[in-house]
Amino acid sequence: MRRPVMSICLALLGPGMAAAAEPALDPLNSPVWPSIRSKYLSGGPVVFDDRVKVSVPSIVENQAQVPITADARNLPGVKKLVIVADLNPIQHILTLTPAKASAYISFRMKVEQGTPVRAAAQTEDGVWHVGGTYLSAAGGGCSAPALARGEARWSATVGQAQGKVWRQPDGSARVRLRVRHPMDTGLARNNTPAYFIESLQMSGSSRDPLATLELFEPVSEDPTVTLMLRLPATDASVDVEGRDNNGGIYKSSLPVAPQS
Amino acid sequence: MQGLPPGMTRRRLLAALAGTAAAQYVSAFGLEASPLSYTLKPQQLAKGVWYVAGAQEAISRDNGGAIANTVVLDSKAGAIVVDTGPSLRYGQQLATLARDLTNKDIARVYVTHFHPDHMFGNQAFRPDTLASSTGVIDGIKSMGSAFADAMYYAAGDWMRGTEPVMPGTILGTEPEDFGDRIIRPLHMTGHTAADLALFDEVSGVLIAGDLVFLDRAPTTPHADIARWRNTLAALGGISHGLLIPGHGPAEPGARGIAQTRQWLETIETQIIEAFDKGLDVAETTALALPAWTEKIALARYEYERSVMHLYAKLEASRWPRVDVR
Repeated sequence: MRRPVMSICLALLGPGMAAAAEPALDPLNSPVWPSIRSKYLSGGPVVFDDRVKVSVPSIVENQAQVPITADARNLPGVKKLVIVADLNPIQHILTLTPAKASAYISFRMKVEQGTPVRAAAQTEDGVWHVGGTYLSAAGGGCSAPALARGEARWSATVGQAQGKVWRQPDGSARVRLRVRHPMDTGLARNNTPAYFIESLQMSGSSRDPLATLELFEPVSEDPTVTLMLRLPATDASVDVEGRDNNGGIYKSSLPVAPQS
Repeated sequence: MQGLPPGMTRRRLLAALAGTAAAQYVSAFGLEASPLSYTLKPQQLAKGVWYVAGAQEAISRDNGGAIANTVVLDSKAGAIVVDTGPSLRYGQQLATLARDLTNKDIARVYVTHFHPDHMFGNQAFRPDTLASSTGVIDGIKSMGSAFADAMYYAAGDWMRGTEPVMPGTILGTEPEDFGDRIIRPLHMTGHTAADLALFDEVSGVLIAGDLVFLDRAPTTPHADIARWRNTLAALGGISHGLLIPGHGPAEPGARGIAQTRQWLETIETQIIEAFDKGLDVAETTALALPAWTEKIALARYEYERSVMHLYAKLEASRWPRVDVR
């Protein structure tokens, strides 16, 4: 496991210069990294850290449904995980607050052009640990109308949810959930205004949130997420409450076998 | 290689650039003017039967998208061409090749399905000679423009001037008589919603399009795997001589049919099992493939694509409804 890049850079700067805390060079060398850092990663120092991993497919055929996994499970004490795509017209993709969950999420996003995709994990000491990779893709995912817009009865399916929970050997609950929603970006050629699920909260029987997701327009139509929750052994369901930017509320309940 | 320093090939220059900062942001467009000429090497399989083997690779700026097989048959009525390749330029070169090989004009051009590596050469042929099914034509109409975008991105300058062109002749189920060849169109489904295979009733040559792949992993972006497996069983029941797959070597016998079935069964089983355990796309993509697939070109690449193709369908069909109503 590599140490965070910042500490290496500080060592190279030599005595007397560390206090200046020059930000580490962006390994993805993105032209907009400085603005990403100031816009989305406030309130703490920023380091590049290999313990925060982002996986993207090696080939993108469908720019409206690009599977992304952000995994910071090797980094202890993550209180927030922010996903951003530097060159997307809407850069902030989602934020996971894993109150009682792993610092792990997989989901799908729309991509308007090839772009760095980053995960920034903020630990309890306030430090942002940033990992990422370059996603190579042709463009157009954010400006293409949702498929639902081609269906006359699209509104009948909004909020329908499907999913399952698997108890893992360590007792945690792996949740996979799909919620039907057009997730209109507001940028599409058909002039549909932005209409998207902006939050999903998962809880067990105690009602305290286990994980909270803040979603933005680039999350793909029919959001499909994977999360790992520290669900109490006796709980028999994971309850989900979602809300969209028009005030629509979407509730789901996923049954789970109590831990034997 | 005009304009490059001595000893510097285009590829070497690009490799050097890739090592420099910001290479991916300047992309490689500026230095990529392609030589714009395919090397079409026809291989004679039998009297009056040739095919141009596609590269066993993904579409790239190196191969110009020439990854699928194209076929030329000689007949009394003229040259018969099956599939037109990935670009206008490929189509033009293939048309010239077909005339040179047969010393005849082109009587018929069959288009096996709507995928870009098989039909973007259509533009080089007279529209009334181009023949396919309504399903293939509908596919080109609805997807042609999106395919063009994707191909210009993947293959670059090789695509210059290429536009989608619909075949002007719609095939029924009756065979077409070319004098010494009688070509029966077989309207099938599985690789896409409309796959055309062609069977020469005189010589026994079976041209399978992308219903059959050999030593190259099958592609599934528009596949219905259950139907595809049924279709492969039906193809296996045809008593044929030479089998020319859409990708991979032409040979007598049915090895391509068996291998395509085995691949589809292997990946479908592996993907569904992983899905049912709750793995997400990246986790399922990372799983190892069985050892026998190591000799199959592009096995990992196509497996990764297939995971993405199948997952959306599995999520919609295999999970229970959980919304509180």
